[in-house]
Amino acid sequence: MGSIELKGVRKAFGTVSVINGVDLKIEDGEFAVFVGPSGCGKSTLLRLIAGLEDLTSGAVLINGQDVTAVGPAKRGLAMVFQSYALYPHMSVRGNIGFALKMAGEKPGEVERKVGKAAATLNLTDYLDRKPRQLSGGQRQRVAIGRAIVREPKAFLFDEPLSNLDAALRVQMRVEIGELHNALKTTMIYVTHDQVEAMTMANKIVVLDKGSVMQVGSPLELYNKPNGLFVASFIGSPTMNLIRGEPAAKRGAATIGIRPEHADVSTTAGEWRAAVRVAEHLGSDTFLHAESETVGPLTIRLAGEAPIAPGDTIFVTPRQAHLHRFDQDGRRIA
Amino acid sequence: MARRQSTGKRIAVTALAWVVGLLIFFPILWTFLTSFKSELDAFAYPPKFLFFHWTLENYVEVQDRSNYLLFAYNSIVLSIGANVVGLFIAVPAAWSMAFAPTVVPERSLTRKLYAMMLAAIAAAAILLWLVGEARWDWRVYGSVVAVATLPVIYWIMTRRTTDVLMWMLSTKMMPGVGVLVPIFLWFRDLHLLDARFGIGLMLLLMNLPILIWMLYTYFKEIPVDILEAARMDGASLMNEILHVLTPMAVPGIASTMLLAIILSWNEAFWTLNLTTHDAAPLTAFIASYSAPEGLFWAKLSAASTLAIAPILILGWFSQKQLVRGLTFGAVK
Repeated sequence: MGSIELKGVRKAFGTVSVINGVDLKIEDGEFAVFVGPSGCGKSTLLRLIAGLEDLTSGAVLINGQDVTAVGPAKRGLAMVFQSYALYPHMSVRGNIGFALKMAGEKPGEVERKVGKAAATLNLTDYLDRKPRQLSGGQRQRVAIGRAIVREPKAFLFDEPLSNLDAALRVQMRVEIGELHNALKTTMIYVTHDQVEAMTMANKIVVLDKGSVMQVGSPLELYNKPNGLFVASFIGSPTMNLIRGEPAAKRGAATIGIRPEHADVSTTAGEWRAAVRVAEHLGSDTFLHAESETVGPLTIRLAGEAPIAPGDTIFVTPRQAHLHRFDQDGRRIA
Repeated sequence: MARRQSTGKRIAVTALAWVVGLLIFFPILWTFLTSFKSELDAFAYPPKFLFFHWTLENYVEVQDRSNYLLFAYNSIVLSIGANVVGLFIAVPAAWSMAFAPTVVPERSLTRKLYAMMLAAIAAAAILLWLVGEARWDWRVYGSVVAVATLPVIYWIMTRRTTDVLMWMLSTKMMPGVGVLVPIFLWFRDLHLLDARFGIGLMLLLMNLPILIWMLYTYFKEIPVDILEAARMDGASLMNEILHVLTPMAVPGIASTMLLAIILSWNEAFWTLNLTTHDAAPLTAFIASYSAPEGLFWAKLSAASTLAIAPILILGWFSQKQLVRGLTFGAVK
């Protein structure tokens, strides 16, 4: 069991308020991702759950029990740090087994559990190596192994893939996902990369400046962002936001249309635009165009489109995917 | 790209380095050579450098006259003992300052501190005057000063870590001779004169600021992440310091200890004033050869060589660590 609840959590460093009243419930077995721009407080929130920081006010509950006053060692959680934080003077075996040693387990038990965790993560051949003799991906796995072996109530990941190269990142993303399916333990994952959030989570918590902006499944946030912030944050490239007359015409202060939800024609359409940059990725084509009526537009076309900079295109947004926002930036249904 | 120096310039610089090195080393070299001369040769003018009758008579006589081994034993016990105990105090202190510093946004600490100290002194003085029969001797002065330090201690316990560090450093700025008399009298009354415990305590207190400062700078280099990982792994504070921090900080602890041992070995003020024969270390051994009849150069040299030999050998074998410790922080 690993449900985590936050009630009215506030955190201030001196006079600077970093977390402003967060209420959140994460059910047992969920994969929750805290996502947001740099400085939004997502890492701080994770550390508050872990117990590495003290709350200014509010409560943290694990399985219904108030653990606000309990130290990190006794909360029964495991954390994977961005910098891996492996013990440099211990071998992989020592790193993974450290927690068990601290818990006073017998050497035979420790050996068995370490062996099991190492096997799950393909680390059996590296058990006697020191962290400095491992690659980034291997170190990451040791950090995860260290967390798994404790059989915690929940895993906490603090931007664990930031230090890896792109290809390895994709691979580790999949592995973490598989781990979640296998262990079925609650996982809380912090990242600034919304692609990681969208692919791994079953619940995303979007944070900005210490407050929760929206909580929901990835597709909920994609299809029904409740405000301008979430609409611009989720989705890559960013949603096109249009103000002025074209928005007023549709009864809103701002309208938004995602790059993949607009149709492009070289002959006719609603908005006329001149292409400034055309990015050809082979699988997609991104057009960055400038329109006199609606301003800059980014359009995504599937496959290869033979459009070059300087060409004139006509863009028509698909009605069903048009988002409308009022003057406070909130969604109009 | 590395800067190229012309060969001529490099030769000149190397030669200069050798000259400077030899100049600095010369006194030690001369002492070493003189220890093998007869007293007459030691006084010879013009001085004889290498060509004299080499003899071991000085070493024999030095060992006959005084018990070198006892002095050496005291030096070893005092240097190592005092600093090992100091380590047990300094490691937790440095941990606290490096990883759990108290940061209180307080301005004008010094002014408030002085105000509180003056208030405490005034209060103590007034109290004593009111009580009457006050004999203004060292005990009274001492007690007043002790009371005055209470607000300092209170403030230190609740104020910024940087202030505490500064205050510790400031205790090294005062010349020891300023408190020679009070300390001597205290030691006398507490039966700590010429006792290894007494002089050991003194060395401990003198070295604590250095130990804490150096360990503090080393600990600050250790990423907090790793200690937090240990906490998440269920380590208590003791386990965190014992199993994670100390092994990682071993190079830092080693260089700090080496420096502290060398400083204690060479400490020649308190060791001379607070010991006579039972607890006297090698510094007193050398000083005892400054006889009223005059200086016996050859025997003095032999005594000096015997006194510095152990520490010189230790320093030679650990020079890499020492250099690292002393230049620490210069290059990030």
